[in-house]
Amino acid sequence: MSELKEELKTKIIEQLNLEDVSVTDIADDDALFGDGLGLDSIDALELIVMLDKDYGIRLSDPKEGKKIFESVQVMADYIEKHRTK
Amino acid sequence: MDQAEEFPVFIKNTYKFLNTDYSKFFKMDNLSKLAFLAADVLLKNENLDEFENNIALIFSNRASSLDTDRKHQASIENTDEYFPSPAVFVYTLPNICLGEISIKHKLYSENSFFIFDRFNAEHLQLYANSLLRNEKAEKVLCGWIDFDENSYEAFLYLVENEGEIEHNTEEINRLYNTL
Repeated sequence: MSELKEELKTKIIEQLNLEDVSVTDIADDDALFGDGLGLDSIDALELIVMLDKDYGIRLSDPKEGKKIFESVQVMADYIEKHRTK
Repeated sequence: MDQAEEFPVFIKNTYKFLNTDYSKFFKMDNLSKLAFLAADVLLKNENLDEFENNIALIFSNRASSLDTDRKHQASIENTDEYFPSPAVFVYTLPNICLGEISIKHKLYSENSFFIFDRFNAEHLQLYANSLLRNEKAEKVLCGWIDFDENSYEAFLYLVENEGEIEHNTEEINRLYNTL
């Protein structure tokens, strides 16, 4: 699980072009949206694509993302349960 | 190393050199980054209002958003690996860069982006003068922002009724040719 969380932090930084943010800057429970990393709606769509592309998880309802993308910890828990690759 | 390979280093260094502080900057495509910083150089010295500014934008180029269009196309070519990026797709129009500039500098006035085969001073002069004459804007930021796979160009200038240099095609072309 900790490996997956590190992997997710790296992907979030690289794919969302977060400048001057390192893996160690993101705590497992940090909020990804709002006051946390300050991600926006386009970032949320990128994360939905990432779930599909890298873990074989297709969200039928984009609104589900709001809960799944709460933090790296919540994302990792969800991926562990639902991943197909 | 060609210009396209140098661009990420150049634009990041320029961003830091200008002390531009805008968290969304690194999410923009190449065309928007180029337009955004070129506009920032001119607008940051204009003592802009914190809430609203009546400055119109008239931009032009040759390649439209082709640099980003190609990236999007590459992501949808293979039906077995069909994962288009929303963050790339939103930049597949050249006028998106005008929105980025307008958001940063609180510009609520007219903006347009034109595609020409080559730099068109006459069009910029006619359009900008019309906006000023008809009091549609207090100032007009005009120019040419082009980014294609192997090269890029940025030429912007600010026009107002009481400017120092006369706004005619000879002067516009003279300034453009100093690039």
